[in-house]
Amino acid sequence: MFEDVRDLYNAEIIARGRRPRHMTRLAAFDTTARGDNPMCGDRVQVWLKYAADGSIAETGFDARGCDISKASADLMVEAVQNRSPADTRAMFERFRAMAQSGQCPDCAAFAPLKPLAAVHAYPSRVKCATLPWHALMAALEGAKDATSE
Amino acid sequence: MNDTAQIFDITAIRAEFPILSQKVRDKDLVFLDSAASAQKPRAVIAAMVGAMETQYANIHRGLHWMSERTTEAYELTRDAAARLLNARDRSEIVFVRNSTEAINLVAHSYGRAILKPGQAVVISGMEHHSNIVPWQMLRDSHGIELRVADITDSGELDMAAYEALFADGRVGLVAITHMSNVLGTYTPAGRIAAIAHANGAKVLFDGSQAIVHRRIDVQAIDADFYCFTGHKLYGPTGIGVLWARRELLDAMPPFLGGGEMIASVSYERTTWAEVPHKFEAGTPAIIEGIGLHAAIEFIESVGYPAIAAHEAALTDHALAKLSAIEGITILGRAQDRGGVVSFTLDQAHPHDVATLLDRQGIAVRAGQHCAEPLMRRLGVDGTARASFGIYTTPAEIDALATTLERIREFFA
Repeated sequence: MFEDVRDLYNAEIIARGRRPRHMTRLAAFDTTARGDNPMCGDRVQVWLKYAADGSIAETGFDARGCDISKASADLMVEAVQNRSPADTRAMFERFRAMAQSGQCPDCAAFAPLKPLAAVHAYPSRVKCATLPWHALMAALEGAKDATSE
Repeated sequence: MNDTAQIFDITAIRAEFPILSQKVRDKDLVFLDSAASAQKPRAVIAAMVGAMETQYANIHRGLHWMSERTTEAYELTRDAAARLLNARDRSEIVFVRNSTEAINLVAHSYGRAILKPGQAVVISGMEHHSNIVPWQMLRDSHGIELRVADITDSGELDMAAYEALFADGRVGLVAITHMSNVLGTYTPAGRIAAIAHANGAKVLFDGSQAIVHRRIDVQAIDADFYCFTGHKLYGPTGIGVLWARRELLDAMPPFLGGGEMIASVSYERTTWAEVPHKFEAGTPAIIEGIGLHAAIEFIESVGYPAIAAHEAALTDHALAKLSAIEGITILGRAQDRGGVVSFTLDQAHPHDVATLLDRQGIAVRAGQHCAEPLMRRLGVDGTARASFGIYTTPAEIDALATTLERIREFFA
């Protein structure tokens, strides 16, 4: 019955939505921020720990939300590992563009995020995929809250 | 069910709603989101198009034929709304954009001019944000205390908790839903009003949901204010009604200032028009008002007894069908309830449920339903909600139940 949603609800997304690998609060962290989607109730908290060179050493998250937002957060943690804040911001911009358009001009750089590429075909769900990134951006800025509205 | 359907002639009703024959993603549309906004019958569409094609002009000011005809048509809606609510007088009908504006009007005008700092406003634990936020704004600007009457675990107003809120004699106003947009619960309006009045408080009912499903008689329930919005009642967006007792409207200052609402204007002093025009500043939603008249006549032509019987049968059917699904939790078990069923599935988040339902042409709402405090009270982050209208069929509910079973399997 649901073959037509397998583009988004693919094995990778469902596995990570059900059992995220990185959904843990970091015991020691440098910064944290929360992302809220007030219209639907999704909420993601992100914790970051920086390495000595300023790159992202470790990321953890907690999420209350759908499979798409949890899977996106889980993929994000792996994608930003060891990246500088500037790199991470650039990656978010590319990811957001992909989530909105389905086009992926620079995919090689963030292959781990490709399981979410089909979300553009579900306009009401794009904000689910970008919510953890908004929280991450807020954490990088030292802000406390973000929304994906 | 069959008896009701025969009296009701669901096929004929559905034929009045052109949109219901639409395909969505190559599948038959199953529209179970009427509590968010209902679909429109031909009569409403035709009335609006007809008015624009034959007689459109601004109202209450033109001296020409077009303006006179349109003014008459628009004002006939006031008569229809007064009839719908069993108001004492047509002047008690104030046109607003929607229920949100109606509640803001009361909070701003009655709240600031009549309520005194230190008095309290009572709401319930199952309000839409539109009946929470205006009172918080009044609290913060005017020193009003906001009190919340809790609900029971079955999703009904806790009447003992409600009554206890009056103990100190400071409650000036009760503002409460007449039917929850999340739980489907009807609140016992007559008892609520009697308790409020016995304690010297006025009462406002948000009838946005209730009036769609059940005959409302503002005199029988002894309300002081009652509001509803047109778009949930098969009418257009942008038009709603605030009813209030004439003596309250007379005592209240205007909400918005501008044209239409004045008697005379000079730079030194302006006097207000009579009720209800005092509250209707600016050019109103003329075409939408005419459309609302057609919606009210449509409701009247079907009749509330038939509508209520149809929807009660649908709701019973839905509760039975959905309850049989493993892993489903239905929120709210009120004895007196209307055609709104909120649920969660153990296997999937409401958003994922709604997306998969949508792929089968089934439209439901998922999320917090503009009722975040209620979600917290229920201990959930959100729900999926199926809501029924005059055109909903048992077969559509069966389609929902069958698809939910498939969704369980999909996420198993």
